[in-house]
Amino acid sequence: MEMVNDIIVWALLLTGSVFAIIGGIGILRLPDVYTRLHGAGITDTMGAGLILLGLAVHEGFTLITVKLFLIFAFLINTSPVSSHAVANAAHGAGVRPLLDDDLETDKATGSGDPA
Amino acid sequence: MFIAATVAILLTMAFAIARMCVGPTIYDRILAVNMFGTKTVLLIAVLGYLSGRPDFLDIALVYALINFIGTIAVLKFLRYGGFGDTHDMEDSAGSPDTEPR
Amino acid sequence: MIEAVNTLLLLFMCVTAFTIVRQNNLFAVVMLGSVFSLLSAGMFVMLDAVDVAFTEAAVGAGISTILMLGVLSLTKSRERVTFGTPTLPILLVLISGAVLVYSALGMPEFGSADAPIHQHVADRYIEQSGTEVGLPNIVTSVLASYRGFDTLGEVTVIFTAGIGVMLLLGLRRRTTERGAIEEPPAPGEGHMRHHLVLRVTAKLLIPFILLFALYVQFHGDFGPGGGFQAGVIFAAAFVLYALVFGIKNALTVVPEWVTRFLIAAGVLLYAGVGVASLFMGGNYLDYGVLAHEPTHGQHLGILLIEFGVGTTVAAVMITLFLSFARRARKKT
Repeated sequence: MEMVNDIIVWALLLTGSVFAIIGGIGILRLPDVYTRLHGAGITDTMGAGLILLGLAVHEGFTLITVKLFLIFAFLINTSPVSSHAVANAAHGAGVRPLLDDDLETDKATGSGDPA
Repeated sequence: MFIAATVAILLTMAFAIARMCVGPTIYDRILAVNMFGTKTVLLIAVLGYLSGRPDFLDIALVYALINFIGTIAVLKFLRYGGFGDTHDMEDSAGSPDTEPR
Repeated sequence: MIEAVNTLLLLFMCVTAFTIVRQNNLFAVVMLGSVFSLLSAGMFVMLDAVDVAFTEAAVGAGISTILMLGVLSLTKSRERVTFGTPTLPILLVLISGAVLVYSALGMPEFGSADAPIHQHVADRYIEQSGTEVGLPNIVTSVLASYRGFDTLGEVTVIFTAGIGVMLLLGLRRRTTERGAIEEPPAPGEGHMRHHLVLRVTAKLLIPFILLFALYVQFHGDFGPGGGFQAGVIFAAAFVLYALVFGIKNALTVVPEWVTRFLIAAGVLLYAGVGVASLFMGGNYLDYGVLAHEPTHGQHLGILLIEFGVGTTVAAVMITLFLSFARRARKKT
C-alpha cells in the first residue's frame, strides 16, 4: 500500500511539474498578451492543482490536507478571475491581439499594441 | 520527488522573472507577476514539506489571497488611473498610458 | 539542495534589483518591488523564520504594493532622468560597502553556536519560555511578553504613522460627511461596472479572508501569525471591497469615525493592559499578575495585547489606503 501511495504521489508531482514548466515556456515563447494568458493559466490551475494534490495524498488525512485543499480552492477561484481581469484590462486599453493578417502583411512580430 | 517539484517550480519562476523584465507591454508584466506569486505559493508549500515544517502553509494561503488582491488593485489602477470612485474620475483607458516599456 | 535553492533565490533577487534600478517606468518598478518582497519572503522561509516570512509576504508584497500604486496616482509615472556620470556617488558607495564587508568579517559566523547572542539571551528564552509563558510559539512569547515594551513601541509607531498620514493628506471636511443624507450609490454605480465576475468573486472571497484574519490573529500562539499579520490581512479584505465596490460603499461599511476610533483603541488596549498590571501589584506589562496563576495571566495578557496590535494595524492600513484613494479624486 505504501508503494501505491508513493507511486501516486510521484506521478502527481511529476505531472504537475511538467505542466508548470510547459506553462513557463509558454509565457516566454508565445507572441501576444492574450496567448500568454493561456500559458500562465496552465501553471496556475493544472500545475498548482496537481502539485498540491500530490502533497495532500502524501500527507494523508490531517489538518495539513485541509489547508492544502483550502489553498487549492482559493487558487482555483482566483487565478481564472485574474486572467479574466488582465484580458479585460488589456482589451479595454487597446491592446489588439496578434492576428494572422498582421503576421503576413507586415513582418513585424510585435504584439500589435499601439505603443 | 519533492526535489524535482522544487526544481520545476524554480525554473518556472525564472521564466516568469524573464517575462517580467522583458515584457513589452505592462500587461505582460502584470501577468508575469501574478504567475510568479502563484509559483511562490507552491514553492513555500513544497519547501515546507522538504524541511518538515508544515506551518508554512499559512504563509502560502495568505499569499494566495494577497496575490489576487494585488492583481486587481494593479488592474484597477491602470484602467482608471487611481483607486477612487470610478464615476468621479476620467476614464484614462484608451491607451496604455503608463508607458508599456 | 538547500544551498542551491538559496543561491537561486538570491540570484533572482539580484536580477530583480538590477532591473528595478535600470527601469524608469515607475509602475514597472512597483511591480518589481512586489516580486522582490516575495523573494525576500522566500529567503526568510529558507532561513526558518516563519513569522517574519508571513509578515513580509502580507505586508511587503501585498499592502505595500497597493499603497505605492495609490501614491503613483498622485505623481508622475516616469522617473526623472538625470544626466552626467555619477563618479563621486559610485566611489562613496564602493568605499562604504567595502568598509561594511570588512567589518562584517570580524563578526562571528552566521549561526555559530558560540556567538554571544546564543550564549545568554536566546538560551534563556528558549529554555524558560515553556515554563514561564507556556505558549508553543516562542516567537510570540518573546515578542509579546519578554520584549513587550518593544512591541508597544512598534504599535505606537504604527499609530503615529496613521496620524501622520491623516494630518498630511487631510480628512475631507465636506458637508456631506456631517451626517447629511447622502444616499449610497445604486449598486450599478461607482465601481467597476462591467466586472460581474470580479464582483461575484469578491463577494465569495471577502468573508473567508476576514475569517482567515481572525484565525491568524488567535492562532499566533501556536503557529506563525499574531497581531501584525492579522491586521494586515483584515485590511486587505477591506481593500478588496473598496476596489471592487467603490470607496463610497466602503465608507458606508466602515465609516471614518470607526477607523479613527480603532486606531487609538488598539494602542489604548495595549497600554491599558500594562496599567492594569500595575494596579494588580506587578510591574508595568507584567502579565503574570493578571490572573490567579502566572501562566494563565501570561496567556490572557498576550491575547489582549495581540488583539490591540491587530486592531491598530488594521485600522491604520485602512486609513492609509482610503486617504490615498480619496486624494486621487482631486487630480481630475
